[in-house]
Amino acid sequence: MAFLVLPVVAIFVHVPPGRLIDQLSNPIVHDALIVTLRTSLVAQALILLFGTPLAYFLATRRFPGRAVVVTLVELPIVLPPAVAGIGLLVAFGRFGLLGKHFGIWSLLSFNWLAVTFAVMLVAGPFYVRAAIAAFEAVDRDLVAASRTLGASPLRTFFRVSLPLARSGLAAGEAIALARGIGEFGATIMFAGSLQGRTQTLSLAVYAEFDRNFDVALAISALLVVLSLAILLTLKVSVLWQPSRQTSPSLFARFGSS
Amino acid sequence: MGPSGAGKTSVLRAIAGLVRPVSGRIALDGETWFDAAARVWLAPDERRIGLVFQEYALFPHMTVRANVAYGGETRVDELLERFRISALAGARPRELSGGERQRVALARALAREPAVLLLDEPLAALDAHTKAAVRAELHELLRELALPTIVVTHDYEDAAALADDVGVLVDGTLRQLAAPAELVAHPADAFVASFTGANLLRGTARRDGELTAVRLESGEQIHSADEAEGPVGVVVYPWEIVVGAEHDGGSALNAIRGEVRSVARVGNRVRVQIGPLTAELTEASLDRLDLAPGRTAVASFKATGTRLVRL
Repeated sequence: MAFLVLPVVAIFVHVPPGRLIDQLSNPIVHDALIVTLRTSLVAQALILLFGTPLAYFLATRRFPGRAVVVTLVELPIVLPPAVAGIGLLVAFGRFGLLGKHFGIWSLLSFNWLAVTFAVMLVAGPFYVRAAIAAFEAVDRDLVAASRTLGASPLRTFFRVSLPLARSGLAAGEAIALARGIGEFGATIMFAGSLQGRTQTLSLAVYAEFDRNFDVALAISALLVVLSLAILLTLKVSVLWQPSRQTSPSLFARFGSS
Repeated sequence: MGPSGAGKTSVLRAIAGLVRPVSGRIALDGETWFDAAARVWLAPDERRIGLVFQEYALFPHMTVRANVAYGGETRVDELLERFRISALAGARPRELSGGERQRVALARALAREPAVLLLDEPLAALDAHTKAAVRAELHELLRELALPTIVVTHDYEDAAALADDVGVLVDGTLRQLAAPAELVAHPADAFVASFTGANLLRGTARRDGELTAVRLESGEQIHSADEAEGPVGVVVYPWEIVVGAEHDGGSALNAIRGEVRSVARVGNRVRVQIGPLTAELTEASLDRLDLAPGRTAVASFKATGTRLVRL
C-alpha cells in the first residue's frame, strides 16, 4: 500500500505548493496543456465516433473470423508503445508505406495530427474492448422485444442498447482518456516532442526532467490531479445507472467473447 | 402446449421473426412472412405481431408509459385505462409486481395494433395465488380482443381455460390439434393423455367378445370399450374413478384394489393415490370413506371410460 501511494504523495511534498503553482504559468507547461487538450479531444471524439459502432457490431454479430477481428482490435493494448510508434512511422510517415504513395500522409508526421493518431491507436482499443462487453451485457430479450414492437435495428440501438450500455461505455471511455493523456512511447516516435506542436504534458515531463526538474514536477502534479479527476468522475457516473438491469463494474468484464 | 424443450417457444419466435427456420412457410391472412422455397423473409419489425415474453422483457430504463408507447403512440391512454395501470404510468418496471408487469407487457404489445398476439407462458412467472385470477382475466381479455392468439404453455389447465384449440407439441412434432375436451375424450397417444392429467397404465390387449381385455403390467385384468391389440397404454381420468372400500359392481366393470399411498388436497378437491391410480374426490367423500394412507381401497371405473392409446 505504501509502495503504491508514496510516489504520488512525494510529488506534492517534495516541492512547496507555491513553487508548483508558479511553474504552471511557464510557457512550456502552457503549450503542453494546449497540445494535450486539443489532441485528446479530437482523438477521443474519433474513438467514440468510430469505436462505438464497431463495438456494437462485434458484440451483436457472430461471423466466421470474428475472433480474429476482435484480437486485432485488442492488439494495441499489449503492444509495447515504442513498437506502436515505429508501426505508425512506417505506415504513415513520409517515407513509409502510405507516405510514399500518397503525399498527403506525410502531412501527418510531426504535427498535432500525428499525436492524435498515436493516441487513437493506443487508447482506442481500451474503449472498444469495454464497449463490446457493455453491449454484450444488454439483455438480448430487450433487443428482441424492441424489434417485435416495430423498431428498426437503428432505432433499437439508440433507444435500447445504447442507454443500457451507457455506464459500461463511460467506464471504457474514462480508461481510454487516461491512457491517451498518459501516452508517451508511440507519440514521441511518430510525432516527436516539439513544443507547442506535438509536445504533450507527458512528453514535457520527460523533456524538462533534466533541464528544470521543478517544471517536470509541476507538470507531474498537474497530471496526477487530472487523473484523479477522471477517476472520480467515473466513480460518480457509475452510480448514475439507467437501471439495475446491468451492473457495470469499473474494471470487470474486460474480456470479450 | 407441451413439455420443456418441445419447441413451443421456438415456434413463437419463428412466427415473430426472431429465428429463421430452415424450411417451411409462415403466413397470416394472405400475407407471407416467411417462405423458404420462395426466399421470402420479413424482419420482426415488418410483421404485425404482439409478442409477450415469458419474463416480460420490459425496458428497465423507461417508465410504464414510455414502455407502452414504444409500440405505438395513439392508444396509450386507452390501453393504460383498460389494463388498470394508469396510476402506474410514471413508475419503473422494477417497482411493479409480477401481475402488474404482465399487464404492462400486454398493453405494450397491443399498442402496436398487432394482427396476431403471441403469449409465451403468460402464467408461468406468477405465483400460485395470482395465477388463477390472472388466468380468468386473460380469458376475458382474449375473448374481448377477438384477435388470433397463440399461447404457449406447459400446463393443460391453462390451455383448457384459454384456448379454443390446443396443439400438443412433443419433441418438435405436433401430436394432436383439437379442442381441449376432444383431447380428453380422444387422446391421440400416451403423451397427449398424460398431459391432460390422465392416469396412464401399461398392459397387453386382446379381443374379448365385444370388448377388449387388457392384462396390466401389475397383473390385474380390465376391460375397455376401445379396440386395440398388443401393447397399449390405458388411460383413465382421475375424476372418472369411483372409490370404495369394496367393489360393489354397478356399471363399473373394472376394479383395481390397492393401498392408499397418498392424499393431497388441491383446491376444493382431494387427489388420492390408490395403487397405480390417482383418483379425484371431494373432501366429504374422503371423510365418509375414511381413507388414509395405509388403508386398502378399491378404485372402480367403467369400460367405456377406459381409453386405449398407442404407447
